[in-house]
Amino acid sequence: MSKRRFSFPYLIWMSIFIVVPLLLIIFYAFTDNSTGKIVFTLEHIKAIFEPLYLKVIGRSLFMSLIATVVCFILGYPAAMILANKDFAKKSTMLILIVLPMWMNFLLRTYSWLSLLENEGLINRFLVSIGIGQVQLMYNNFAVVLGMVYNFLPFMILPIYSVLVKIDKNVIEAAKDLGANNAKVFGRVIFPLSMPGVISGITMTFMPALSTFVISRLLSGGKITLIGNIIEQQFTITGDWGLGSALSLLLMVLIFVSMIFINKYGDESVGAGGLL
Amino acid sequence: MGKKIIELKNIFKKYGDFTAIDGISLYINEGEFLTLLGPSGCGKTTTLRIIGGFEQPDSGDILFDGIRINDVPAHKRMLNTVFQKYALFTHLTVGQNIAFGPTIKKINPEQIQKEVKNYLKIVNLEGYEDRDISTLSGGQQQRVAIARALINKPKVLLLDEPLGALDLKLRKDMQDELKTMHTDVGITFIYVTHDQEEALTLSDTIVVMNNGRIQQIGTPVDIYNEPNNAFVAYFIGESNIIHSTMVKDKLVRIDGVEFECVDTGFGQESPVDVVVRPEDVVLVPSDKAKLKGKVTLVTFKGVHYEIWIEGPSFEWKVHSTIPQMIGEELGVTVDPFNIHVMHQAPIDIKTAETAVNI
Repeated sequence: MSKRRFSFPYLIWMSIFIVVPLLLIIFYAFTDNSTGKIVFTLEHIKAIFEPLYLKVIGRSLFMSLIATVVCFILGYPAAMILANKDFAKKSTMLILIVLPMWMNFLLRTYSWLSLLENEGLINRFLVSIGIGQVQLMYNNFAVVLGMVYNFLPFMILPIYSVLVKIDKNVIEAAKDLGANNAKVFGRVIFPLSMPGVISGITMTFMPALSTFVISRLLSGGKITLIGNIIEQQFTITGDWGLGSALSLLLMVLIFVSMIFINKYGDESVGAGGLL
Repeated sequence: MGKKIIELKNIFKKYGDFTAIDGISLYINEGEFLTLLGPSGCGKTTTLRIIGGFEQPDSGDILFDGIRINDVPAHKRMLNTVFQKYALFTHLTVGQNIAFGPTIKKINPEQIQKEVKNYLKIVNLEGYEDRDISTLSGGQQQRVAIARALINKPKVLLLDEPLGALDLKLRKDMQDELKTMHTDVGITFIYVTHDQEEALTLSDTIVVMNNGRIQQIGTPVDIYNEPNNAFVAYFIGESNIIHSTMVKDKLVRIDGVEFECVDTGFGQESPVDVVVRPEDVVLVPSDKAKLKGKVTLVTFKGVHYEIWIEGPSFEWKVHSTIPQMIGEELGVTVDPFNIHVMHQAPIDIKTAETAVNI
């Protein structure tokens, strides 16, 4: 009983900073006060189904999906190398992976500008070796790159932490039962690492879907994601109702994809995910 | 028994500066239940892992059916292992765990299902195929591990302290079951344990190991009655190990008193170690024996009393069903064939004692 007391600070924190804002978003999404009086309305909800917004949502989903897949393809082998007990440079590599996270998110993303822009480091190098200037920024590539760069550690670390915990005996048991290295991986290591994969996917897909900084900086405002639209509603247009409605939609999208991911994960491993 | 199925020739293995195995040669007959017994760090598990293919020896050969298998990887060896902590696949059901080996070998699924049912029956887990591993008790998990190994019909089953994690009662039951399984399936078992009683109960042959070396190989009766050295005597059962002098053939001076014995060939007036099991010491009225001592401690142990007798230069441990009074003076006698004379071991008795207490 007494231990429950220690959760009070968190409960207070949660209600003030999570529950109240959530309720406010719902409140704004379903009310209209343009006439000076607060009235219930479904106008904002209807508005988000305009083709323009649907297209942006589609693009956001697509790009964050690509970024998640790339993170997975890059991250899983990295996590495996890290989890290998015999890998001597383990702590160095772990620091290299975590190090960017010590830096400010904006700063990290800005630093890509100086690499990617037309007069940037990469292009100067390409020009100097005779390939010539390549358009690296202001396109989908740059945005996905930014997402992958920023969220890759969130894919690697959960997978790594699950992989290091796999009992070495279990791997030996699989070999003992006749499995070669490929089968040990396919039938034992990968299925056992699914909880890590699921949280990795969750932790990269969610922020990638809602980001607005990466797309604004690396596309120079050319590529609009759902995050950008929401931000605009609050900061530029001042249409809090539509902004809140779009935020709600984003939450629903994330919620649905998490259910989907967890359900798939449950079927394949019988182990719990994040939800 | 049958022919040699596994033979180890002069195996050495070091981990850094630590010598895990210091020259081991032994063979295992087909169908035998052989136990590697010793304290932790004696090299028994390393020996098993070398046979299983999980470790490479620094030098020496491993023969399987007469063929050198040093370079054969674990997954191609005709043997299976039951691991100490079961090492079950927690993402699979009981049935899928047992079917793992045959599935890898691409045997047809119907056949596998039949085999799985059959082996579940052998390990007394009928009807458990769809259960989750996490819902099983330790004993049940160990049975799954055994079934998962046996279904591959290995020629040799390696068991690495398989009962170590179970409580006493369950361990006794599983010992009986293992023994029955060994008789029923008729394959060779190589068993690793630090529990001397388990080794005596289960084995056809016991290999006692210490510090990476074999101390003695023999049947449980041999090892118990005729230990090679003080280490084996201390490790297997309780014993009085007394620094003594061999006066001449069949006569040994123990604790200052000459005893008749049956051993010969140790020379005259030469130092030896003598082993007398506590249950072989017979207490008589003090006027009926040459060796006299005072009772210093009497403890009730259930089946017997443990009585400590202070002799002239040695404190004797005696197991007797008759209690004695503390302070009473008694005579100590031992039948000649219960006195076991050994060459003095290079290791001192203290080392053996600490080893046992690990």
